[in-house]
Amino acid sequence: MADKDPNEPVPARTSVKPGIIAPGYTFASVTDKISHIVLRKGTSSGWLVGFGIAFVLVNMLFYSLGWLFVKGIGIWGVNAPVGWGFAIINFVWWIGIGHAGTLISAILLLLRQSWRTSINRFAEAMTLFAVASAGVFPLVHVGRPWLAYWLFPYPNTMSLWPQFRSPLLWDVFAVSTYALVSLLFWYVGLIPDLSTLRDRAGTNFARHTYGMLAMGWRGSARHWHRYETASLLLAGLATPLVVSVHTVVSFDFAVSVVPGWHSTIFPPYFVAGAIYAGFAMVITLAVPIRWAYNLEDFITMRHLQNMAKVMLAAGLIVGYGYMTEIFMAWYAENQYDAFMIKNRMTGPYAWAFWSLMLCNILAPQMLWFQKVRNTPLFLFGVALFVNVGMWLERFVIVVTSLHRDYLPSSWGMYYPTRWDISTYIGSMGLFVALLFLFLRVLPMISIFEMRTLLPEAEVKD
Amino acid sequence: MKRFTIYGLLAEFNSPQELVDAAQKAHSAGYRCMDAYSPFPIEELDHAIGFHHTRLPLVVLIGGILGCLGGYALQYWVSVIAYPVNIGGKPYQSWPNFIPVTFETTILGAALAAVLGMLALNGLPMPYHPLFNVPGFAMASRDKFFLCIESGDEKFDVVSTYQFLEGLKPAEISEVPN
Repeated sequence: MADKDPNEPVPARTSVKPGIIAPGYTFASVTDKISHIVLRKGTSSGWLVGFGIAFVLVNMLFYSLGWLFVKGIGIWGVNAPVGWGFAIINFVWWIGIGHAGTLISAILLLLRQSWRTSINRFAEAMTLFAVASAGVFPLVHVGRPWLAYWLFPYPNTMSLWPQFRSPLLWDVFAVSTYALVSLLFWYVGLIPDLSTLRDRAGTNFARHTYGMLAMGWRGSARHWHRYETASLLLAGLATPLVVSVHTVVSFDFAVSVVPGWHSTIFPPYFVAGAIYAGFAMVITLAVPIRWAYNLEDFITMRHLQNMAKVMLAAGLIVGYGYMTEIFMAWYAENQYDAFMIKNRMTGPYAWAFWSLMLCNILAPQMLWFQKVRNTPLFLFGVALFVNVGMWLERFVIVVTSLHRDYLPSSWGMYYPTRWDISTYIGSMGLFVALLFLFLRVLPMISIFEMRTLLPEAEVKD
Repeated sequence: MKRFTIYGLLAEFNSPQELVDAAQKAHSAGYRCMDAYSPFPIEELDHAIGFHHTRLPLVVLIGGILGCLGGYALQYWVSVIAYPVNIGGKPYQSWPNFIPVTFETTILGAALAAVLGMLALNGLPMPYHPLFNVPGFAMASRDKFFLCIESGDEKFDVVSTYQFLEGLKPAEISEVPN
């Protein structure tokens, strides 16, 4: 509750702890500064170049998927015994990244952490786009993606129904609920700001578009009251939801009998990993965005420091998860589990395991130093390590567990093909392209919540 | 039968404190049919205009319960009645396996109820509203604060209400055409 009173007249820059908003701002200047990014005429060349690159990658994704639809999943590196390759690795990685957005907007709202205010909007957008990128993979990995809708229970002429005892079906429900609830939460958060854009828009087209999206919001006290109630309830609902989603994703593994997957540590360890990966991605995005849009006054060092601390804490929990896996493999005296760990550390994929340790365990230890937490560039570097590390974690879990299981005669190796790689990089392009569009057409910082942080917002009863 | 030619009188204030004070005075002066408009939520404001309670939590609870029952009923009907398949000797009604989906549909039902309920109780979407006819009202989404006493109020009278609002020292008073 250290940030309980955001309204005290910001001594910010002089004190040791930077404030959550730089001093000297008013309702009007906060509004204008954020809405100007969206409403100004013309588009900066930096945006065009960035979006252009991302758009090329999106086309690469569509090309790869088009070829996949023509030829089938034989163009990927999956085989027997490694039936799950990049598609599942990327799916879990993206879904995990999405979790920080919900965490920042929901859990930190419930905990009354007012520093979340300037980062929650784009963190939620990041969630949506990460879920969109994640959603591509399970959809296309089913082999006949045009029949993917068979996963949903709907009355059909074949009288077929899905199998509700399967974790893969739980996944369908968890991920689609998560996508929908995240979208609703994000949209509800946008409504008051859309009305600001409607009232400030220069062109008829913009006024009408934002006007339709704002649904006629006019800031009535009665409306605000219900709005705040709805936001709080949604936050309370999104919190268990976000925990359940990665838990269900981990069930995909844990409910099987493959050594290295069949483990009760999976749900908590996956959730911690998701928070870890997500915060790393928020830092990866926040550092360049605040620099490119001159938003250092709103996304202050305080935000970056706090996120660094959460990332460090989550990283330690993830490290504890790795240790527990190794300990249990030894303590349980199960020869298959023991072999699985030994194979991970010394087998053909040992490079992945040790790179994972470097990225996820060693690199974040830098965050103990205040100097690192205080330097955006350093922080950005550590976050990149964690992004890579979390991808490697899923690679290690999926590939090393499958490629050598019970029967040595059926052991094999997994090598990704160029189509695996182009689809993966293409999904990053999709994520970045959506993010660029978001930055251009919607306020990336919640304007109305920023107003509440100002000293002049205080009301004595 | 009264035909209102105007929607109400709109007073503009420069700070949230002034608006809350004005709303409290209007409420104690006996005005009930009024609303306050601000660019961000002000907790004291809905108390000041005499609005204390919303049914939204109840709506959300009902949404959650319906989602929960609906989700479980769907799985029960599919797995036991419509399409019973023996999977590893598990009973058709293997309830522990049905919990994850039931949980998700519960959240889904409650979240949909929260969003749609909030919009419905607020009467949104409402693309047209008389207040939008007042040019200065666009600032309600930026840095101005408004109190509107509506013509539907029993005590409303163009002249006396205007004088009352003047006494609150607003920056501006405008008539809102209906």
